[in-house]
Amino acid sequence: MLDAAEWGIVALSLKVGGVAMLVTLPVAFALAWLLARVRFPGKVIVDAAIHLPLVVPPVVTGWLLLLAFGPNGPIGGWLQDWFGITVLFRWTGAAIAAGVMALPLMVRAMRISIEAVDRRLENAARTLGAGPWRVFWTLTLPLSIPGVLAGAVLGFARSIGEFGATITFVSNVPGETQTLPLAIYSALQQPGADALVWRLSCVSVGLSLIALIASELLTRRAGRGLHVL
Amino acid sequence: MSFEIDIEKRLGHAHVALTLEAGEGATVLFGPSGIGKSSVLNMVAGLLRPDRGRIAIDGEPLFGDGIDVPPERRRAGYVFQDARLFPHMRVRANLLYGAGREQDGFEDRTGFLGIGHLLDRWPRTLSGGEAQRVAIGRALLSRPRFLLLDEPLSSLDRARREEVLVAIEHVRDVLKLPILMVTHDPVEAERIGTRVVRM
Repeated sequence: MLDAAEWGIVALSLKVGGVAMLVTLPVAFALAWLLARVRFPGKVIVDAAIHLPLVVPPVVTGWLLLLAFGPNGPIGGWLQDWFGITVLFRWTGAAIAAGVMALPLMVRAMRISIEAVDRRLENAARTLGAGPWRVFWTLTLPLSIPGVLAGAVLGFARSIGEFGATITFVSNVPGETQTLPLAIYSALQQPGADALVWRLSCVSVGLSLIALIASELLTRRAGRGLHVL
Repeated sequence: MSFEIDIEKRLGHAHVALTLEAGEGATVLFGPSGIGKSSVLNMVAGLLRPDRGRIAIDGEPLFGDGIDVPPERRRAGYVFQDARLFPHMRVRANLLYGAGREQDGFEDRTGFLGIGHLLDRWPRTLSGGEAQRVAIGRALLSRPRFLLLDEPLSSLDRARREEVLVAIEHVRDVLKLPILMVTHDPVEAERIGTRVVRM
């Protein structure tokens, strides 16, 4: 089985993936709701921009993140000046990269589930005296929650597997930014580390399978349009 | 209590126009399917915006002259053709959705509608007639000033229709809520309508 250092890699991957997913979740939901429910000029462009990380080479996304979060970048400079923190070569940077790469997948899954909520039920709620916020909290959100969770699980799986943007943005620092794919990549560079590659790859495939199955089960529930909680 | 409705709306190629003043009891909008009867109810409920015109209840304007009261403040008790119960809430939560903190009349309403034994059920386990009676109860418990009924019997078989018809008559005669009902069935129109408006 795995030794302590390898468990450390798995734990770091789960931490990076988990934080990336949790932080991206509200952003993805807000964007999904906007795309599903609001008509506004430039919607096509916003939609395309959200999906960019899905099609742009990950190395480009990583490089853009480096420009934005670097010491002279607009966000990086601000973080440094106001809070004295940097995300370069840190696990927080790896989580940012993973979150950005997972965003389009999460938005897609959530948008579909929000679009599937029956507007006629929302209209019925309005006539019963519920304002837009109450309709959102009591109907839109609970009825779309299976799809929202499916999107979150999918985003988590994508985050754990993130490689290109991460290695470009925060490099490959053991114990800090070296998640499972980066550790596998490093092991492939060493002679005689085949066994390690096998073990880490098996863990990777196992985690992804679990996440995909969970996501699929939640999506089916969402399709039936019934409560899950 | 009175309805004053004078509205026009273009929907695709169709043109819906209605002028109506009605007092107490039940006013039935009668006519074939697809001529915009439901759209009239949606406009009275505030779910659809007329192109022009005026809607007032008891002299209080809901629409027109720059006024457009949002649906949640119109206090319309709207019963739809498909009951539209919330699938993730039990019957009790559905009934209380519009009731606010005051739950006066809960026993009375569930009693005359014969739905007291259904309170802990999920909507998907109800028959069509049961679901429609719960929908009527939910609308009544939201303390409406008037009731809008959109073909409330059309999805029910003959035996279930009678249950719901009796409930509607109770609302008309005992609770004395003004009703605006849409139907394409002449027998229903005759039985429920204090007056019948042909569209």
